[in-house]
This record gives sequence, structure tokens and C-alpha cells, in this order.
Amino acid sequence: MRLLKTPSVLPGFGLSLGITVLCLSLLVVLPFAMMAVSAAQMGPSAFWQTITEPRVLAAVWLSLRMSFFAMLTNVFFGTLVAWVLVRYEFPFKNLVNALVDLPFALPTAVTGIALATLYAPNGWLGQWFEPFGMKIAFTPIGIWIALVFVSLPFIVRAVQPVLEELSGEYEEAAATLGASRLTTFRRVLLPEILPALLTGAGMMFARATGEFGSVIFIAGNIPMVSEILPLIITGKLEQYDVQGASAVALFMLMISFVILFVLNISQWALSKRAGAKA
Amino acid sequence: MSMKTNPNITEPRALQWLLIGVALLFLLLMLVVPLAAVFFEALKGGWDLYVASLVDAEAKSAIRLTLITAAIVVPVNAILGVAMAWLLTRFDFRGKQMLTTLLDLPFSVSPVVAGLMFVLLFGAHTAFGGWLESQGIQVIFAIPGIILATLFVTFPFVARELIPLMQSQGDSEEQAALILGASGWQMFWRVTLPNIKWALIYGIILTNARSMGEFGAVSVVSGHIRGETNTVPLLVEILYNEYQFVGAFALSSILALLAIATLVLQDIVNRIQARKLAAAERKEA
Repeated sequence: MRLLKTPSVLPGFGLSLGITVLCLSLLVVLPFAMMAVSAAQMGPSAFWQTITEPRVLAAVWLSLRMSFFAMLTNVFFGTLVAWVLVRYEFPFKNLVNALVDLPFALPTAVTGIALATLYAPNGWLGQWFEPFGMKIAFTPIGIWIALVFVSLPFIVRAVQPVLEELSGEYEEAAATLGASRLTTFRRVLLPEILPALLTGAGMMFARATGEFGSVIFIAGNIPMVSEILPLIITGKLEQYDVQGASAVALFMLMISFVILFVLNISQWALSKRAGAKA
Repeated sequence: MSMKTNPNITEPRALQWLLIGVALLFLLLMLVVPLAAVFFEALKGGWDLYVASLVDAEAKSAIRLTLITAAIVVPVNAILGVAMAWLLTRFDFRGKQMLTTLLDLPFSVSPVVAGLMFVLLFGAHTAFGGWLESQGIQVIFAIPGIILATLFVTFPFVARELIPLMQSQGDSEEQAALILGASGWQMFWRVTLPNIKWALIYGIILTNARSMGEFGAVSVVSGHIRGETNTVPLLVEILYNEYQFVGAFALSSILALLAIATLVLQDIVNRIQARKLAAAERKEA
């Protein structure tokens, strides 16, 4: 059986395949296999017992909930930022555009301590909420803010290219037919950007459930209240409970697998609906 | 009429400014204020204290470890990235889809889970890790583990930058070089590399920024041995938890400067690429 499906005159197939397979086996396949083995060794009942510990369940619920809220926030503001960057002219637009990638470039620990300091009760931003009895740092609200920060670029960078590709013809047709701008946005533009928006939202949701560095400083990490799922893993590791840690890790992988699966299904449904219309 | 001025398909100026205002206010509060806070907190105690916390022995050893890690991770991942991009864009082979899926994995795996995988593989309690330990090689809670975890977290960046570009460029120039008698390596150095130069540079910049700033994965494998296995982000955490805020933010400010430099370089590379693309389109037209 030949590996190459179609023969090629270009050189370097063996070399590039060799480097790739060697590195990916060592870096990805082997470690993944080990984790599956480690979780399998503990057996289904112990696995179940670990992931149904009240502390673990509370963390799962917290991580999913806060990631979901961060996703909703960024679907709104991310789309707005992308829209403003593509459609309008304003001073320092290039600078603003470059700034959107800051959360990708800034190390998460730096983000974490900066946000924790800002939103602490005596911080620049936290002090404005303190008189109303609203605490942000060391509560789930702080987790939400950190997740909004780290995942903003996912939505903007997913929606922006789609908006750039749109020519004004459909919108003009809609306007000619008497649609208001809002109706045009809802009925013409939104369906166009929806697939990209879904991809961006799904990717960011998966990323947000696993986010660690930017969250742990502002979260306060109070068990059952503001302890996120990745922190459960590091906690178990500190107690040398390696199997428990791998059970939770496997559970996290299953969650992100389900998210990506749901995402693919909805993409597929969307494209089918678009196909039926055309 | 351009899309931005056609009144039928744009918003009244007032509404435009309202939307711009809301978007900019959001970015200001969410992104600019935290960035400014890093520098403000770092310089709060004055310039002398700032410099003193950077030349502190522990800080120096963390900076050295971070530089060592980047010096190993960046070249390895640059070579791996070029090899993967070449493989995935120039050949059609069995298992290609699976490789593409693996390429996206570090993006969807929590950094903590990534670190844990290496603990499970190389930890002293495992068969393999135990054997290595008996040979005098320690991976977990030592520098090799930090390098491995960083390699894992950053390996897709170069390939992710190169693949779309190499796909759109196609292989006709490379085939032409071969027909004209170039050897494989001549083709690579004279045709492929010049074509992908800017995307490669950008991928390397991104890999470098991420390898110097990685926290979650490295934190799990490092063991936090002071003066030995702390990278800059890990030392930031330790100092912060010990209420040494000036020290924590001083080190953070270096990482923040690195992030700003990354964004500036990214902007420059994007502009060069856009200009080249426009020039190529003019030539075709």
C-alpha cells in the first residue's frame, strides 16, 4: 500500500513526514495515550466517583456557566467591534485593530494579576462597585471578566473576514425592498456571519472552559464557589492524586469534544438550511 | 458609490459614532486599562525599585530559564512547522485528515491538561519516568519537562500561519524550479523560503511570545523550585502570592512589553503582506 494518494514530483515527502510523525508522536500521541491509560486503570466506578464529587461538579457547573456568559458577552461585543472595524472610519483604527490581539499576546499570568489588582475592592475599577456592595474580584463575576478578556479575539477575528468579504449588493436590495437597517441586519447580514460566529463562539467556549492563568488570580479559588475546573486538576496533583487528576482531565476533554461536536452539527444544519434556500 | 458612503446601506453618522463609542469604550476598559495597570503598578515604587526587582537573583535566574526555553522551543517548532506545512500543503496522502486534527489539538486542550499529560508520561511514579530517573535524567520538576510542555503548547503556530499561505500560492513555482534543474534543497532555499518568509517570521514571533509567556502547562510540570525551575510567568505568580507586588508587576511589565512588540511586528508583517498581495494583483491585471 502506498502512502501517497497521488504521486508528486516535489521532493521532501519522506523527510517532512518523518519529522512530523516523530515530533507529533512524542509530543501529542504518546502523552494522550498515557492519559487515557491512566484514566482507564482506575476503572469506571472510580472514574464516576471522582467526577461526581460535589467539589468537582460545582467546578464543572461554574466553568461551563461562566464560559457561557463570557461567550454571550463576546458574541455581542466581539461582533460590534468587528462591525465597527470593517464598516466605519475613525481615528487610530489600525491601532485599535492591532490591539484586539492583545489577549493572544499577553501571557495569561500577567492578565491574571492585572485584572485581580484592577477589580480588587480598592482597585481602579473595583472601587466603583464597592459602594453598591458588589464584589468582582474573588467571585464568579471576576471569572467572567477574565474569560471575556482572554476570548475576545476569537469572535472578532472569526467575524471580521466574513464582514470584509460581503459586498453591499444584498443590503442594497433589502433597502430597495423597503427593509429598515435593523431588519436588514437581522435578515440579511446575520445569516451571513452566523456560521463564522458559531465557529468562533465554539472555539472560544472550549478554550474558556480550560483557561487557567488569567482566571486563578481574580477567582479567589474558594471551593464550591469560585474554583474552576482546571484548578481541581492542579489541586489533585498537589495531593499526589494522579489518577483523580487524569479522571478530571479526561472529563474535561470529553466536555470540549462534546462542544466541538455540537458545533459541527449546528454548522452542518446551517449549511443544509442555506443550501435548501438557494 | 462606496459602501461606506451609500446612505441606503449604512447608518446615520450619529448612530455610527454611538456604535464606535461603545466599541472603543469596551476595548478601553477591557484591554487598555489592564495593560496600563501593569506598568503603573510596576513603577509605583519608583524607577530604582523597579530596576532592583529586575536584577534580583531570583528574577535573573527566571529570565535565564525563560530565554533558554525559548531558544530551544522556537527553532524546533520553526523546523517542525515548516515540515508540517510542506507535508500538508504539497502532498495528498493517507492519514492527512488525522494529522490536521492533531495540529489543532493544543488550541482546544486546557494548558493544565497538557501539563498533566507530561506528568503522566515522565513522572517519577511511572514506569518510563522511573527508568529515566534511575539513569539520572529527571524530566518532571526539571527543565526538560518545561521545554516539552512549552513545545506542546506552541507547536501549531508556525504551521497555522504557513498553511493558508502555501495553499494559496500553490506549487507551480517550485515545480518550475525543479524542471529547471534545481535540487530539492536549492528549490527550498531559493523558491519556497523566500515566498513564505514573512508568514514564517510572524509564526516565529508568535511562537516566541507564547513560549516565553506560557503559564498553565509549565506550572504543572515545573515543581516551582526557587532559583531553578521557575520561568518568568511562574515567578510572577509566586511574587504576587507573597504580596511582593512591585516585583511581580516589574517582571510582568517585561512580558507585557514583549506582547506589545509582538503586536507591532504582527502589524508590520500584515502590512508588508497586504502590499505584496496588492502588487501581485496589479501585475496580474
